[in-house]
Amino acid sequence: MTMLFYLAGAVALISTISVTISTNVVHALVYLIISLLAVAVIFFVLGAPFAAMLEAIVYAGAIMVLFLFAMMMLNLGQATENEEKAWLRPQLWVGPGLLILALLVQLVSVLVTQRVDVVPVEVGVHELSVLLFGPWLLAVELASMLLLAGLIAAYHLAKR
Amino acid sequence: MVWEVGSPLSIGAILFTVIIVAAMLIWVERRLLGLWQERLGPNRVGPFGLLQVVADMIKIFAKEDWVPPFADKFSFVLAPPIIMFVILMSFTVIPFAPGVGVIDSDVGVLFVLAMASLGAYSVMLGGLASNNKYALLGSLRAAAQMVSYEVFMGISLLGVVALTGSFNLRDIVIAQTDGWFIIPQFIGFLIFMIAGIAESHRLPFDIPEAEQEIVAGYHTEYSGMKFGMFFVGEYLGVLLISSLLVVLFFGGWLGPAFLPPIVWFVLKTSFFIAFFILLRAAIPRPRYDQLMTYGWLFLLPLSLLNLMITGAFVLWQEGGM
Amino acid sequence: MLRLIKDTLISQVVTLWRVFVHAFDKTDTVEYPDVQPQMAARWRGRIILSRDPDGEERCVACNLCAVACPVDCIALQKAEDDEGRWYPEFFRINFSRCIMCGFCEEACPTNAIQLTPDFEMAEYVRQDMVWEKEDLLINGTGKYHDYNFYRVAGKKIGGKDKGEARNEAPPVDVRSLLP
Repeated sequence: MTMLFYLAGAVALISTISVTISTNVVHALVYLIISLLAVAVIFFVLGAPFAAMLEAIVYAGAIMVLFLFAMMMLNLGQATENEEKAWLRPQLWVGPGLLILALLVQLVSVLVTQRVDVVPVEVGVHELSVLLFGPWLLAVELASMLLLAGLIAAYHLAKR
Repeated sequence: MVWEVGSPLSIGAILFTVIIVAAMLIWVERRLLGLWQERLGPNRVGPFGLLQVVADMIKIFAKEDWVPPFADKFSFVLAPPIIMFVILMSFTVIPFAPGVGVIDSDVGVLFVLAMASLGAYSVMLGGLASNNKYALLGSLRAAAQMVSYEVFMGISLLGVVALTGSFNLRDIVIAQTDGWFIIPQFIGFLIFMIAGIAESHRLPFDIPEAEQEIVAGYHTEYSGMKFGMFFVGEYLGVLLISSLLVVLFFGGWLGPAFLPPIVWFVLKTSFFIAFFILLRAAIPRPRYDQLMTYGWLFLLPLSLLNLMITGAFVLWQEGGM
Repeated sequence: MLRLIKDTLISQVVTLWRVFVHAFDKTDTVEYPDVQPQMAARWRGRIILSRDPDGEERCVACNLCAVACPVDCIALQKAEDDEGRWYPEFFRINFSRCIMCGFCEEACPTNAIQLTPDFEMAEYVRQDMVWEKEDLLINGTGKYHDYNFYRVAGKKIGGKDKGEARNEAPPVDVRSLLP
């Protein structure tokens, strides 16, 4: 299980880096999907199969499809790719990269010093639903209201 | 070597059987279509044309494996294996019979839905990478259709899940010992069947590849074994939807004891496969906007209503109301 | 709502049932190389040149078939024998161009050129698709058994003078003033 965790983590890391440095938008999206699926595997390893499946269904399966769908309409060709290449020049990236590296060093040092052992606890669908529709009922209902409002607003915008 | 869930023997047998059956479905479909159209269908290669599949395979392997120079090679090559992989992965959670299966997952239903939603990428990437207007139109249609019908497919399943109280497909089958879910969940069954056909873009709903309108849709530019994967993937999809229908609504392997459970499963699945082929023979393709209107304005409210009534019924039975 | 259910469910189920019932009907397929199909007598297949009931060639080399042919696959050359009969010196049909439209049969004034129900005329060598008069001519009358062009036409040939054809009045002597 630990091996699986590190493997999925590595895949997530590599594919996320590939998202940022890939110049072709479709390739970037494919890498993003792989990254999300790797995160789903991590959830699974950490004992949250329900969250893993929802990650795959909602993020990888629905939202990314819409991204790709929107991308199909845009007719991105070689010109966009060249533009992306021009934006990827090293001198533009050195500054932010160094700053992020500093943050990363800090994060790693904190994680190393304050060592917390993660013990995967299997949380089944039943326990999760009892939690969601018990103590957290209000939050669930609020989220659903928000989504409904978004749906109605989108419908209204599409009507005009 | 023992027959139990997840043993190497079981996994190997299931993988082998599923792929062979999917390939044989090409022959079955052509023969059955012939039967219903008062023709004979392929009957030249081998007895009853049974070896037609072998001939097709030899042809398709020997074809030039061509990538168009204007295509995006990365996505073009990536697309066909996705559909094979995704559908074969879905078969891992299907309980074929007691002790026959690959995994016994507590989130089996969700796993199938997740894999079905990933299947959309195969079609979309294939069409987008082909850099061809017909392929692009096909994958646009596929994206809209699959994303929409995924929603109804998920919601129509939830009635069964609510009655069982589990996402485990094996538990769902066992819960049907007293009566198949086709009776309390008839509306769910209808919606799931329609959404399943749309999801595997089989013929009444083969709008993404409508050959009368957009050449061959998303696989216009594909040839050789890459096309073959799309082709076999379609039949794998038929097999998957048929076995899911059997598991969810028709009691899986359950049946009178004079036949072994696996035989009941195969019989019921064959019935649905034949039914899907009959649908192909009988029903014309709806227009694209008709399909979307039908889905969002008719199937979605109906499936929500079904889920609501089922939920109320379950609560009433448990005395919670 | 009821109408929607009727349109979407009931009519589809009826359609499904009607198509399903076809499973019990007889198949229309004829397994051709094993079973010879019954071709209609008026099937437009291989072209032949027929002879009249006396055994002479019917073709009078009028070229109407060659003119009518939309793909120009007929070529012929007129010749005349000692008795005054016209006949084709050569008659050539290029079957690799022929589209079996039957216009030549309709154009023919003597019923010489006819289309038959035979369709098995595939060749491996393209040149073999060009048929000469010897290949086309048959020893029979084809579809019209009693018809003989020279017996009804006014043309004078050996053995048949002017006015001797069927339904033909003897020629008028223009030098005579008598009615």
